[in-house]
Amino acid sequence: MDFDFSDDQKFLKDEARKFLDGRCGPAVVRGVLDDPARSFDKDLWAAVAEQGWLGACIPEEFNGLGLGRVELCAIAEELGRAVAPIPFASTVYFLAEGVMLAGSQDQKATILPRIAAGELIGCLATSEGPGVVNASNLACRVEGGKLTGVKIPVTDGDVADMALVLASEAGKAGLYLVDLTAKGVSRETLKSLDPTRSVAKLTFDGVAAERIGEAGAGFDLVQAIMDRAAVLLAFEQLGGSDKCLEMAKDYALGRYAFGRVIAGYQAIKHKLADMYVKNEVARSNAYYGAWALNVDAPELPIAASAARIAASDAFWFSSKESIQVHGGMGFTWDVDCHLYYRRSRQLSLVAGAPRVWKERLVSQLEQKNAA
Amino acid sequence: MDFNDSPEEAAYRDKARAWLAENAAAHRAQFGDVKANTPEHMAAAKAWQARKAGAGYACITWPAAIGGGGGTPIQSVIFGQEETKAGLSYGYFTIGLGMCVPTVMAFSNTETKQRFVSPAVKGEEIWCQLFSEPAGGSDVAALRTRAIKDGDEWVINGQKVWTTGAHYCDFGILLTRTDPDVPKHKGLTMFWIDMRDAAVECRPIHQMSGGREFNEVYFTDLRVKDSQRLGEVGDGWKVALVTLMNERLAVGGSSGPNYREIMGLARELTGATGPAIKDNAFREKLADWYVQSEGLKFTRFRTMTALSRGQTPGPESSIGKIIAANQMQELANTAVEMEDQYGILVDPAQAPAEAAFQQSLMWAPGLRIAGGTDEILKNIIAERVLGLPGDVRVDKDVAFKDMPTGR
Repeated sequence: MDFDFSDDQKFLKDEARKFLDGRCGPAVVRGVLDDPARSFDKDLWAAVAEQGWLGACIPEEFNGLGLGRVELCAIAEELGRAVAPIPFASTVYFLAEGVMLAGSQDQKATILPRIAAGELIGCLATSEGPGVVNASNLACRVEGGKLTGVKIPVTDGDVADMALVLASEAGKAGLYLVDLTAKGVSRETLKSLDPTRSVAKLTFDGVAAERIGEAGAGFDLVQAIMDRAAVLLAFEQLGGSDKCLEMAKDYALGRYAFGRVIAGYQAIKHKLADMYVKNEVARSNAYYGAWALNVDAPELPIAASAARIAASDAFWFSSKESIQVHGGMGFTWDVDCHLYYRRSRQLSLVAGAPRVWKERLVSQLEQKNAA
Repeated sequence: MDFNDSPEEAAYRDKARAWLAENAAAHRAQFGDVKANTPEHMAAAKAWQARKAGAGYACITWPAAIGGGGGTPIQSVIFGQEETKAGLSYGYFTIGLGMCVPTVMAFSNTETKQRFVSPAVKGEEIWCQLFSEPAGGSDVAALRTRAIKDGDEWVINGQKVWTTGAHYCDFGILLTRTDPDVPKHKGLTMFWIDMRDAAVECRPIHQMSGGREFNEVYFTDLRVKDSQRLGEVGDGWKVALVTLMNERLAVGGSSGPNYREIMGLARELTGATGPAIKDNAFREKLADWYVQSEGLKFTRFRTMTALSRGQTPGPESSIGKIIAANQMQELANTAVEMEDQYGILVDPAQAPAEAAFQQSLMWAPGLRIAGGTDEILKNIIAERVLGLPGDVRVDKDVAFKDMPTGR
């Protein structure tokens, strides 16, 4: 039994925390939050690239570090804790994982080394409007290798160099690599719940699109990418959720009301205990997801769904209740609570809402039972 | 990040599995299918415990010299998993071996240990824990059972309540008040007692679930020798804390229908607009239960990892009962509501799953209280895991006799 990070992985995680404590303090996050012209923190992005994190799981033959996915989970947890304002998930969990999963040798050789070097920002474009993305009613179309249509919202779409775009071709969904600097791409930055992570509307007007993976298998491929990303995002959510509990605890231990610290009141103690319980349930499910992702187990869809559901629940709960514990202070722009409240919503939605994952989990369990 | 056994763990598991396969079959051949809460069931349980003790599978972490298995905590967990899979688990010894006997071992002389430990390990004698009282539930130290020194003996009068298994137990550890003139935690003393003494009267409590697992226990001029004292006079709270710390490890998860069973039920039943399994509201709940159950399972794996690395599990394990007890209640209620009018029935011959959901529904309220209420467990997490201040205690410096009392 070894159901924890190894000593080496813990060391990596500690180092990542120290690094982010120094390079990604609240001032850095707020720098992006307060400036509508800035989509992400470029200095932090460059520093993260220098650490090798962008290529952590990219094989050495493509200039990555060739580490396991559990190592990436450890990094993700720390990025989530720091609410890092960089397009890490879009580039690493979506584009790099997608290319490693389904890319041709050529596609890998072209894209992965550039990701590892920090020269290429990626994104995943699936949504076309409010509601759940559906394979059968995609308006974005590819004809003769050219993509036409609108994707909205696309996280990091305003700064990405390359997108994975879900579109239909000959009536079937496919996934396409699209160079966003090409002619025919127009982008519009949009306002979002979490301004530390940018979103855009992307309009494609006959843009060259190169299919990745099998023809007609685009939706399955997106789902496979989502499963992988769900585990990594769960660690970001866990990191954020832990931080919310920590902030609430620290505040409650220093704030006095009716002659004693509010941390001594059972209403507050039980609220913090509830956060702790949800965080531990999320952590345990996330660890199972990390194992399934690392060994590419057949259980991955179930493990990823459980990790995502538990982490979304934990982060939502602790981010809203942390504000409650902070009282009026928690509702101010100056206290960091809202950074986490915003990020909890961003992370819960960016790879599909928990309801969708609950349905995915139950249908997977049904299949498993029928088999 | 892996939940496979290490080579040593796998070898131990194989050995345990082989032993269980052979011995469970032999045990079943001898006892067949006996009904719970019958003398035959108790006989079967004692025989199984003796069989395990003979092979070093009872009290695996205790030294072999006192009748244990001389093994590691992780081996104990592995054997427990395999024993459950083999469908053999008797609850009669959990409290004695998990909580009472360790307390006796920690606070008594060699002679007493020699007298009691080995028979308990072999299942020959069963122990109960006599702490709770009508006036002291979560507030254990508010107990009123009096022990008064009389020469070399103590005379005990009072009443305990919620004593699991007192009606079939041979011995018990008893927490008493020996000095009412000091604050409540300071005037307590612990003894071991003979449950068969004529001065001890057990009255089983008829629970809302219909069962009678717990008891009221009355003491009328019960005389115990001073040599039956565990720990110093007035040090009973310290002794009790050792018992209660062990309780956290002994009282774990819950048995009863889980998400798999309710999923099976939902496949069979008709809902308001089609098969119940297709109801979206139900599917969302099912996903939540799955995530909680698995979260709990993997949390236990994390505890096992800590054990296998030589670390001690902390009060973190308090989260188990909070989740399991609440889930049992919610899941059972959903199942019963899913059965619609039929859900009212509790006859095993009529109700789906032999009325297991109805049984769970009526047992869950007790599980949320036994071994620490949800509220106490949350306090434990808040205080011992998160380091928050203890609750305000207005009785801290008040002599017990001057404490305000209600009912």
